[in-house]
Amino acid sequence: MKNRKGYFKKVEGKWKLSLLGREAMAGLGFALPFLIGFFFLFLPMIIKSVSYSFSNMEVQSTGYVLTPAARHGFEHYIRALTIDPEFNRMLLNAILEMITKVPLVLIFSFFMANLLNQKFHGRAVARNILFFPVILTSGVVLGLESSDLLLTTLSPAELSGTDFSTIMNVSGFLLKYTDLPSGAINFLANAVNGIYNIIIASGVQILIFLAGLQSISPSLYEASSMEGATAWESFWKITFPMISPLILVNSVYTIIDAFTSETNEIMKDIKETIFGEVKYGFGSAMAWIYFVCIGIILLVVGGIISKHVFYNDEQR
Amino acid sequence: MKGTRMNKKNSAVHKGTLTWPKVGRMLWSIVRGVIVVGICFVILQPLFTKLSVSFMSERDLLDSSVKYIPKHFTLNNYRLAVKGMDYWRSLLKTFALSGGVAFLQLCSCMLVAYGFARFRFPFKKLLFGCVILMLIVPPQIIMLPLFMHFRFFDIFGIFKLIKGAPVSLLDSYWPFLIQAVTCTGFKNGLFIYMLRQFFKGMPKELEEAAFVDGCTKLKTFVKIIVPSAVPMMVTIFLFGFVWQWLDSFYTSLYLKGTKVIPVALDSLSASVYSEYSNFGGSMNFISPGFVSMMNNTGTVLAMIPLIIIYLVCQKYFVEGIERSGIVG
Repeated sequence: MKNRKGYFKKVEGKWKLSLLGREAMAGLGFALPFLIGFFFLFLPMIIKSVSYSFSNMEVQSTGYVLTPAARHGFEHYIRALTIDPEFNRMLLNAILEMITKVPLVLIFSFFMANLLNQKFHGRAVARNILFFPVILTSGVVLGLESSDLLLTTLSPAELSGTDFSTIMNVSGFLLKYTDLPSGAINFLANAVNGIYNIIIASGVQILIFLAGLQSISPSLYEASSMEGATAWESFWKITFPMISPLILVNSVYTIIDAFTSETNEIMKDIKETIFGEVKYGFGSAMAWIYFVCIGIILLVVGGIISKHVFYNDEQR
Repeated sequence: MKGTRMNKKNSAVHKGTLTWPKVGRMLWSIVRGVIVVGICFVILQPLFTKLSVSFMSERDLLDSSVKYIPKHFTLNNYRLAVKGMDYWRSLLKTFALSGGVAFLQLCSCMLVAYGFARFRFPFKKLLFGCVILMLIVPPQIIMLPLFMHFRFFDIFGIFKLIKGAPVSLLDSYWPFLIQAVTCTGFKNGLFIYMLRQFFKGMPKELEEAAFVDGCTKLKTFVKIIVPSAVPMMVTIFLFGFVWQWLDSFYTSLYLKGTKVIPVALDSLSASVYSEYSNFGGSMNFISPGFVSMMNNTGTVLAMIPLIIIYLVCQKYFVEGIERSGIVG
């Protein structure tokens, strides 16, 4: 197809694959499962989902019938944004929760990864326990945990909300002794009270940061300590820049994770609308509005962070 | 980190005397110990609570003097939960499902990741962007089309030609297997990404030598790459297995009648209650205490196999993560 690039060559008057062409064929061959999955399963699903959101659907025993939405194509979208009483509030809540949660998860997981990268007694045990949330955070366990009325009164999340804050009254303390604005005080108080949720949400992120920390070459630290850099300086001048690509990866992952987790109120609502109330078109439209919001936030955050990311070209 | 090594050097100079770096280091190790123990406690505490609640009788739950150690120790919860979940059968089913899905998606993701890591082909960057796109798009968006796709499943109208109507693949394992083989399953984008980074970090020389000696590319992959990627494979398998084991998203979407662990766990208290009342039991309503006991017992039962697998695999797991070197 592109003989200019040299995928094909002419041998005795016939076009045959060149070495480059054969490599390309091998690569495409290896990637074949993904190509099939993407173009025959994933992409059609995406397109269908869009078309559902613009129409009304009726399910029959032999298939389903799509009819255009009553007034105009965007009916479901307009209804979700202007008529539905809950949707806007939930959307705003989800975004606000994400904004408070993501920086905390990032900071915490970075801190923990640094801690676990040091040598101390019982490090292996501590690592095993800290990787445990990878199991805990998934699926049905989290859903059950959040729906359990009785146990929430015993769990540390609630414990910190009532008993813990009377022992360590964070917001009261900060109000008394510091001049921080109320927004910052709320943020910090939330951080302390929600420590359980943050720990549970940062399992994979700790893993990723830890892998990154271990791949930094020790010779960099040796060289800098020869030149007289303190540990503090080498942290900011070596560790931080070297880990910065992973900060991008982790913030993207955390945002997606926060938005798509099964405990998310809006996700439950979308599922309920589609399967409980059997409003296919309306539910799809809600899902798409939500996804567009995620997309915009991801683009903004990714754009801001990737400007400051340092890539070590030698490593690539 | 760096600090410890430098402090060691200092402490070698001032051996025996109490110097500021030494005091600082001692203080730091105390602080570190407190932090690590505290966080481990926060992670493990819910597990212990679940475990202790699962042995309690309902009287203990309402008794405020009982906190962790049950006064009326009972195994009744387990008896009810095992019956309500149809535990052994659903355990077997879930094991087959999770194992099959994890294995298939490991195979296909490895092939794809190797293709992306080693070969140049047209539109490679764009296609890898599609992998990332798959990671980013929440499955809830394509939930309904997927449901419809497998409810009225058809490949180019073949089934319609033979049977007269598209077949329904719901309540079977086919949707899971199809998604696993085509890398469109749960978080498969992440797996491809991790494996690709791992393969990129491996030295090329071995493969080139094998190639020169006349191995085909697929044979090189099987004979050279696979054996040296075992820790990473265990990691990916474990992730896939655990996430499939506890996944209530796809299982509640595809499997309505078949009882696998996440589905059984979700409806446990209701099913135990209905069985109980059939036998003319003493319960007239579902009390929150009973729901809590059943949920906790069920969760413990669902997690025991996972914890065993995790403990067996954890050596490979940590090693695999550390060697993956996910740095972009």
